[in-house]
Amino acid sequence: MFLILFFLTAGMVTGYFLRKRSVIIKLADKVTTGAICLLLFLLGLSVGGNEIIINSFAKLGAQALVLNAGAVSGSVILSYFVYVYVFGRRGK
Amino acid sequence: MRVSFCIVFFFSAGILCGFYSLVPSAMNNSTLSLYALNLLLFLVGIGIGGNNTVWEMIKRNNAKILMVPVSIIFGTLLGSALLSFWLKEITLRDSLAVVSGFGYYSLSSIIITRLEGEALGVLALLSNIFREISTLLLTPLLVKYFGRLAPIASGGATSMDTTLPVIIRFTGKEYGIISIFSGIVLTLVAPFLITFILA
Repeated sequence: MFLILFFLTAGMVTGYFLRKRSVIIKLADKVTTGAICLLLFLLGLSVGGNEIIINSFAKLGAQALVLNAGAVSGSVILSYFVYVYVFGRRGK
Repeated sequence: MRVSFCIVFFFSAGILCGFYSLVPSAMNNSTLSLYALNLLLFLVGIGIGGNNTVWEMIKRNNAKILMVPVSIIFGTLLGSALLSFWLKEITLRDSLAVVSGFGYYSLSSIIITRLEGEALGVLALLSNIFREISTLLLTPLLVKYFGRLAPIASGGATSMDTTLPVIIRFTGKEYGIISIFSGIVLTLVAPFLITFILA
């Protein structure tokens, strides 16, 4: 957990000082995509080799649908209150 | 959208290779993913820190606009907490960690895998991909019934990039700026919130 926060924060500080050098920032974005693809490939690899997860994939999907429904409806409803009471708009 | 495709492709390719044992098991070790994750976190940080829009937005933000991402954070946590009582097999803590990705599925699933294991990582990947897909599909309806902040709320962290075009199309340019701001704040908050919830 400490490592996660450390690398994230270190990157942000580094990025802030490099923000005028757009070449480096663009390169970092490209490598980020590569690293994400590699990590998801590795995640897929261990998932594919894990019988328990493969067999419960449908269940995981159903749970994900439920959690997403809660997340979306909760945030939409609260944002509606902000829309009406903070932004002073009504309906559409 | 291109990046989303690449992510789904690599994840599926990984599952197939793992399932049919196509890759030498040496590749399937956690040291490699630990190094890759640390590198990724550092790079994501550079991307955020080096993004001029981020700092301009934060400098000129006003309290009113800040209410948008704040309400999205609390709405997301509250809504999923309520529904998670229905899911007996997942603890409240795990549910909150999953939805704290706010649609940022690549990073959230990877961090959660590291901290809690693959099963919850996959749940986070699916749940957060669904968040992006449902925003792409539901934006017209959300705007109609819940106002123009609704698709921004639904999009979460994706409202700054992948779902931004559809949000602007149905809410207008003025809300596009709020959408980018809210997406930036949620992208920043997601990795920290996930780590704290699972700590």
